[in-house]
Amino acid sequence: MRKIETPPVLVLREVTKSFGQTPVLKGLSLSISEGEFVTFLGSSGCGKTTTLRIVAGLEAPDSGAVLLDGEDVTARPPEKRNVNTVFQSYALFPHLDVAQNIGYGLRLRRVDRQEIRQRVAEMLALVQLEGFEKRRASELSGGQRQRVAIARALINRPKVLLLDEPLGALDLQLRRQMQIELKRLQKQLGTTFVYVTHDQEEAINMSDRIVVMRDGRIEQAGTPAEVYDSPRTAYVARFIGSANILTGVPAGPCLLKNEYGTMRTPPVEGSGQVTLAVRGENIRFFREGGGDAALRARVTEKSYAGGMLRVFLRLGADGSGPELTISRQGINVDLEPGESVFLDWPAATAAVVEPDEEVEP
Amino acid sequence: MRKKHFRPSTLYLALVLLITYLPIFIVVIFSFNDSKLPVAWKGFTLHWYATLFQDRALIEALRNSIVLGVVSSAAAAVIGTLGALGMARVHYKTKGMMEYLSTVPIMLPEIILGMVFMAFFSLLRLPFGWTTLVIAHTAFCIPYVYLMVKARLVGIDKSLEEAARDLGASPRRTFFDITLPLILPAVASGCVLAFAMSFDDVVISIFVNGPTLSTLPIKVYTHMRTGVTPEINALCTILLAVVTLVLLGSNLLRRKK
Amino acid sequence: MKRDRWWLCIVPLYAFTLVFVLGPVLYMVAVSFARNTGGYGFQWSFTLDNFRKMRDPVYLQCFQQSLLLALSTTVLNVLIGYPFGYFMARRSPRGKRLLLFLIMIPFWTSSLIRLYGWLILLQARGVLNRFLMWLGMIDTPLKILYTYPAVLIGMVYGLFPFMVLAVYTSVEKMDWTLVEAARDLGASPLRAFLTVTLKLTLPGLMSGVILTFVPSMGLFFIADILGGNKIVLVGSLIQDQMTRGSNQPFAAALALILSVMTTLLLWLYRKVTGTSDLEGMF
Repeated sequence: MRKIETPPVLVLREVTKSFGQTPVLKGLSLSISEGEFVTFLGSSGCGKTTTLRIVAGLEAPDSGAVLLDGEDVTARPPEKRNVNTVFQSYALFPHLDVAQNIGYGLRLRRVDRQEIRQRVAEMLALVQLEGFEKRRASELSGGQRQRVAIARALINRPKVLLLDEPLGALDLQLRRQMQIELKRLQKQLGTTFVYVTHDQEEAINMSDRIVVMRDGRIEQAGTPAEVYDSPRTAYVARFIGSANILTGVPAGPCLLKNEYGTMRTPPVEGSGQVTLAVRGENIRFFREGGGDAALRARVTEKSYAGGMLRVFLRLGADGSGPELTISRQGINVDLEPGESVFLDWPAATAAVVEPDEEVEP
Repeated sequence: MRKKHFRPSTLYLALVLLITYLPIFIVVIFSFNDSKLPVAWKGFTLHWYATLFQDRALIEALRNSIVLGVVSSAAAAVIGTLGALGMARVHYKTKGMMEYLSTVPIMLPEIILGMVFMAFFSLLRLPFGWTTLVIAHTAFCIPYVYLMVKARLVGIDKSLEEAARDLGASPRRTFFDITLPLILPAVASGCVLAFAMSFDDVVISIFVNGPTLSTLPIKVYTHMRTGVTPEINALCTILLAVVTLVLLGSNLLRRKK
Repeated sequence: MKRDRWWLCIVPLYAFTLVFVLGPVLYMVAVSFARNTGGYGFQWSFTLDNFRKMRDPVYLQCFQQSLLLALSTTVLNVLIGYPFGYFMARRSPRGKRLLLFLIMIPFWTSSLIRLYGWLILLQARGVLNRFLMWLGMIDTPLKILYTYPAVLIGMVYGLFPFMVLAVYTSVEKMDWTLVEAARDLGASPLRAFLTVTLKLTLPGLMSGVILTFVPSMGLFFIADILGGNKIVLVGSLIQDQMTRGSNQPFAAALALILSVMTTLLLWLYRKVTGTSDLEGMF
C-alpha cells in the first residue's frame, strides 16, 4: 500500500480560548489531511467541543489561527466557511420538513429548485431515508433524525464535516450500527470528518487518527493502533483501554522492581523511576512464583461486562497494595476471590509512559 | 377495552362546571325570551337581536372595542416582541429592573393602573379619548406578548440558530428563516390574550375613555347598573358564540398538527 | 442585524415603560404626598395628611372590608379551584382536552357577561328565587342580590378560571413517580399528597392565589353591580375619590398603599417559589 502525501485541509495553529477566567484551550496545534477521519477524544471539559466550534466559526479563538485549505478563516463568520456541523442535539428545524431541512443550505446558495429536489433525493438515498421527505423532525426516531442531520450537512459538500458527539443520544445497538454507517459514508464520499466523542470504542472503530485531549491540550495524536499500543502518557493508557499503571526502578535488563516484586519492561535507560502501562488482557497469572519476574497480588473480585471478564486484584502478598485489573474474553477464568497469585507479562506488551500528576505505583 | 369505572371526582367536576355554566346558559336562554323581564319563559323570539342591531350606540361601542383591541394588541406585539428579542441578547445592569417594570401593568390591580393613568394623562394634558385609551390598553397588553415570547425564546434550542449559520445563513437570514417562525406562535397567542384582555376591560377604560368615547364593556356596564335588558342578553350570546367558535377552531387546528 | 445592534430592539420597550409605566407610578407616589385643595386641584407641598386620613374609621372599615372580601374570595377559590384543577389534570388526555375547553370558554368570555348571568339569577323575582319557591323551600323571595354573599359569589366566580388554570398547569407537569415513590416508602395517600403533591404544586397554587387576590382588591364593578352601593371597597373608594370626590392626593395615597400590599405579595411569591413568572399564565 502506498501512502500519498496530501496537503492539509485543516490547520489549527496555537489556538487558545478562555471562557471568562477559565482557560479551555491552551495553545492547540494540529493539521488534518484531506479525506482523513480524525477523532477528538477526551472526557468532558477537555476542550474538544470548543475546538470543533472554533473550526465551525461558532466560537472565536482568543489567539491563534484556523486555516482551511491553506486560507486563514479565523475571522470569518460560520456562514462563510466551507465546513458543516452535525450537532449533538441534531438541531433539526422543527418548523420545516425533512426535505426542507436537508435542502436549506442549497436554498441559501440560490441553487435552483429542480436541482435542490434532485440532490435532496440523492442525500436521502445515501442515508437510507427514501420517502421521508414530508416528515417533520418530531415524527422521526433518534436514529432517523441523526441521518437527516448528517444529510443536511453533507449536501453542501463541505471541505470538512464536523460531528459533535453525534451518537451520544442513541442506544448502544443503534450506536454500533451508525458507527459502521458513518465510516461507510466517509469512505464513499472521501470527505474529511472531524469527530468529537468521549467514547474510546467509537474513536477506535472509526478513526484514521485519534487526538486524545486533556485539559485544553493534545495529550497524544496518532492512529488507533499507536495510541492503543504505545500510549505516550499514563493518562492516554488509562483512557484508552483502561491500562494498569505501575511504577518501579530498573533492576536488570528489561526488568523493573518495586515493593511487590519484579516486572518485565521494554528496554529503559537511566536508573530513575519508570512508569509502565500494562493492559489487563496481557497479564498472565501463576499459582507459584518461579520465573525471574513476578508481582505478588491477591484477587478481590470478579465481574463480567461487555463480553469481558475482569478480575480485580490488589498488589502484595496480603492484598494491601494498589488495585490492578486482569481482563479475559469469555466468562471463565480460573481465579477466585481471596486467592494469592503471581503476575507476569511479555516485555513487549508493556509500554513505558510519562507519569501524570496523580502518581500511581 | 377496559370498562370505565365511575370516579367520585367526576361528580365534583360536573357539579362545579354546572354552576360555572348556569349563569351563561341563563344569559343565552333569556336572549330568546319574548319578555322584557328575564324572570319567566314567555316564548321564543329573535326580537332582541333585531333591536340590538338597531341600537346604534351599542354597535358603535362594539366597533370601538374591536378597533381598540386590534390597535393596542398590534402595538403591544411590536413593542413586546422586539423587546423580548432584544432583552434576550443584551446584558445591561438595568435589564432586570426594566423587565419588572414592563410587567407592572398586569401585576397591579387594574383600579390602580386606571387611576394613575387618569392622573398622569391630565398632567400631560392629553385629550381623553382614543389616544389615552390606546396608550393605557397598550400598556397592559405589552406584558402578555412580552412574557409569551420570552418564554418561547428560552425554550428554543440555541443550536438551531447556530445550525442555520453553519449551513450558510447570515445573521439576518437566520432571524427570518429560523427565529421568527419559531416565535411566531408565541407572538400570536400573546396577541390573542392581549386582545381578549383589552376587549374585556372595564376598570381601566372607565378612567381614561373621556366623555364621548365608549367601549362595549363600558356600555354593558352602564346598562347593567340601571337594570337588565334583553338586548344585552342578545349581545352577550353573540359574544359567547364567537368565543366558543374561535376556541373550537383553534382546538381543531392544534389537533390537526 | 449585527449582534451589537440588538439594543435597538429594546428601545421601544424601554421608552414606553419609562414614560407610561414608571412615569405615572412615580407621579402617583408624588401626588400622594401633596396637599389637596379641593375641586380637582392640589398643591405641591409635602404632607402626610392623606395617609393620616386613612385612620378615619370609615376608611379603615373600607380597607378591612376589602381585605376580608379578597381573602374570602381567595380562600374559597383555593378550596373549590384546587380540587378542580387537580382532578382535571388526573384525567385521560381526552378528558383533559374537554375539561380544558370547558374552562377556557368562561376564561375567554368577558367577566361582565358572566356577571350579567348572576344578576339575572339572583334578582328578587329572578330565576333562583322562583326555583326555590317552586320547590317550596321558601315562601317569600330571598334577598340575595345587593348583599355581601352576592358580591362574594361574583368575585369567586369571576376569578375561578385563573385559579383552575394555574393549579392545572402545575399538577399536569408534576412527576407522578414521586408520589408513587412516597407511597412505596410507606406514606399514606393523604400523607403523600401533603408532603409531595402539595409541595410540588405549590407554585401553581401560589400563582392562583395571586391571580385571584390581586384583582379582587380592585374589581369595584363586581361589588358595584352585585352589591349595589352597600359594599364599598378600596377600589370603589379610589374611583370615587378620583371622580366625584375629586381628591386626587387621597386617591393616590390609597392606591399607593394598595400597590405596596400587592408588591409585597408578589415579592413573597418570588421568595417562596424562586421564580418570577406566574405559573399557569406563562
